[in-house]
Amino acid sequence: MSEVLRAEGLTRILPGAVPVTLVRDISLSIDHGEFVMIMGPSGSGKSSLLYLLGLLDAPTAGKVWLDGRDTSAFGEDELAELRLASLGFVFQFHFLLAEFSVLDNVLLPMHRLGSLPEEGRHARARQLLADLGLADQIHRRPDQLSGGQRQRVAIARAMANDPLVIMADEPTGNLDTASSRNVRDILSDFARNRGKTVLAVTHDPDFAQAGDRLIRLVDGRIASDGDTGTPDAAGMQLPTPPP
Amino acid sequence: MRPGGFRLGLAIAATHLASRRRQTVMSLLGVMLGVAFFLAVSALMRGSERDFIERLINSQPHVMVSDEFRLPPLQPARQLHPRAAVALSNVKPSSEVRGIRGYKQKMELIAAMPGVRVAPVLSGQVILTFAGKDHGVLMNGVVPKLMSGVSDIEDKIVAGSLEALDANPNGIIIGEALIGKLGVKMGGNVTISSPGGQIRTMKIVGLFSTGATAIDEGQAYVLLKRAQAILNRPDRANRLIMQLDDPYRAREIAAEIEQRIAYRTQSWQETSENITAVLVIRNIIMYSVVSAILVVASFGIYNVISTVVMEKRRDIAILKAIGFHTDDVRRIFLFEGMAIGAMGSVVGVGFGLVLMLILGRVEITLPGTTTLVNLPLYWGFDQMVLAAAFAILSAAGAAYFPARRAAMLQPVDILRGQT
Ligand SMILES: Nc1ncnc2c1ncn2[C@@H]1O[C@H](COP(=O)(O)OP(=O)(O)OP(=O)(O)O)[C@@H](O)[C@H]1O
Ligand SMILES: [Mg+2]
Repeated sequence: MSEVLRAEGLTRILPGAVPVTLVRDISLSIDHGEFVMIMGPSGSGKSSLLYLLGLLDAPTAGKVWLDGRDTSAFGEDELAELRLASLGFVFQFHFLLAEFSVLDNVLLPMHRLGSLPEEGRHARARQLLADLGLADQIHRRPDQLSGGQRQRVAIARAMANDPLVIMADEPTGNLDTASSRNVRDILSDFARNRGKTVLAVTHDPDFAQAGDRLIRLVDGRIASDGDTGTPDAAGMQLPTPPP
Repeated sequence: MRPGGFRLGLAIAATHLASRRRQTVMSLLGVMLGVAFFLAVSALMRGSERDFIERLINSQPHVMVSDEFRLPPLQPARQLHPRAAVALSNVKPSSEVRGIRGYKQKMELIAAMPGVRVAPVLSGQVILTFAGKDHGVLMNGVVPKLMSGVSDIEDKIVAGSLEALDANPNGIIIGEALIGKLGVKMGGNVTISSPGGQIRTMKIVGLFSTGATAIDEGQAYVLLKRAQAILNRPDRANRLIMQLDDPYRAREIAAEIEQRIAYRTQSWQETSENITAVLVIRNIIMYSVVSAILVVASFGIYNVISTVVMEKRRDIAILKAIGFHTDDVRRIFLFEGMAIGAMGSVVGVGFGLVLMLILGRVEITLPGTTTLVNLPLYWGFDQMVLAAAFAILSAAGAAYFPARRAAMLQPVDILRGQT
């Protein structure tokens, strides 16, 4: 297994009259095809960590490597280019463009990247949406869809440019049980069957079970990092992580 | 932005404007009115300017040689010692008959230039007397055949003709206005006395009327030969006046003539320099005023785009998170501004043309005349391009600041606030 994402000594402090430490001294390594869950109490820095790993935020200290590349010296546009081609995001609140159809929302990153010819983009977008059970909805507007459907559109959009890593911040946070399971199954299918690396933040122990690795954050630090199969997955106990 | 991305930017810009339809329409109206007024005012000002310049050109010689030099002739002592410090006191200028020496040869030289017609004039102040009433006039000695080629005096003659001077060497043509003043009639005789003491009786063979009192009451025409005799300046002319096929070449032709014959030669542009300077100032004032309308209109654009940027913060965040560059985002909002500018320009040019049509139908009587004239309008295409270009530029300028704010927005700031 080869490494796709690596962080060393990541620290992010928001400057201000009273500086706020979001995450402190986080180091981790994630391999291709891993399905990694991130859990922790509210305010423990899960989203903050995801933004740093997703190259959306710049660390105060430490570095992130994506696919072997040190991103610390990259400029804003180079980082944007990396996000476009290699990362896909799914946020807790779907963040779709309200004026565009489902299909156009999924086409957005492909148009921007422009690596596929025009017809290829359409075919791929339709295929992705069909795979996610949205074949009948492609011409609808996001506000004509249910929360679960919207989240699946966001997943399709995250997949659009065939990224190395998909990062999802509480993708099931607002969904009912059935929709949650659906989203969980889709993400694990990407990891298991399509060789994608998936990084998901969740509060839902059920959802966390789907992953094959669990990182627990407390107060902006890694409290544990290990298999999901262990009892701590349900939040019972924290085994001491191997150094 | 890559080809696909370019269209994407346009599509996003379109949805933004559509989402703020009323505000967009209002700012469109602003640009439209700005462009329309710009056009209407520009058409009027430039039309009247052209009209004015045309009158200016027609009312005076295009080029005129006068009997003086730009630099005073060098004194013999200076000619002898060009580099010495010479102080001369009590220098007596050589006195000779004033006028252009050898004017006939000089005229031949000028007449040989293509597109140039030339005529000699000898003018001098004389006193007209009739029935005990005196009136000072400037008497112009002319050659009728040549004169009609260089001025529109023939058109101004209301009784008799210029050629009548040829038939009657003692003829004189005076302004119609003088008839009443002196109580003389067409065909009557007047007495002319020159400063040199010459006195002649002349017969009125023609009357002219230009509408300008100073000319109508202050000038008279006689044969050149007669003028030379009355003024005691045989074989002299004190002005050579020219008309050109292309009046706008007057400057270069004047320079060429002056270089060849040394006498001071002025183009109509040089003579009217202070008037044309006023026109330039007038243009500056006009363009600042009509541009101000467009600047005001661009505040409307600034408003819409600022609102859209505020409202679409989430969208901007998601676009940037997905991988749109700062340039891509900036361009979306610049597009929006320029789209309003461009659409406003198109509608504005249309409305401006309607205004011009209406203005073109307005008829006025100029002070001192009784004929109805239409407002002079300039219909040139260049002013439409200028109005549209200025509108689009100021729209882009107005969009620039909100666009920059949007481009610099950090997605993580918005994500932090949301999740
Ligand atoms: N803009 C901000 N200004 C100040 N503090 C902030 C800001 N954003 C986040 N924080 C603080 O940073 C810490 C980490 O926040 P983060 O959103 O990463 O936590 P989280 O684990 O994702 O929480 P949740 O489960 O509620 O989403 C929290 O203590 C939060 O209060
Ligand atoms: Mg969070």
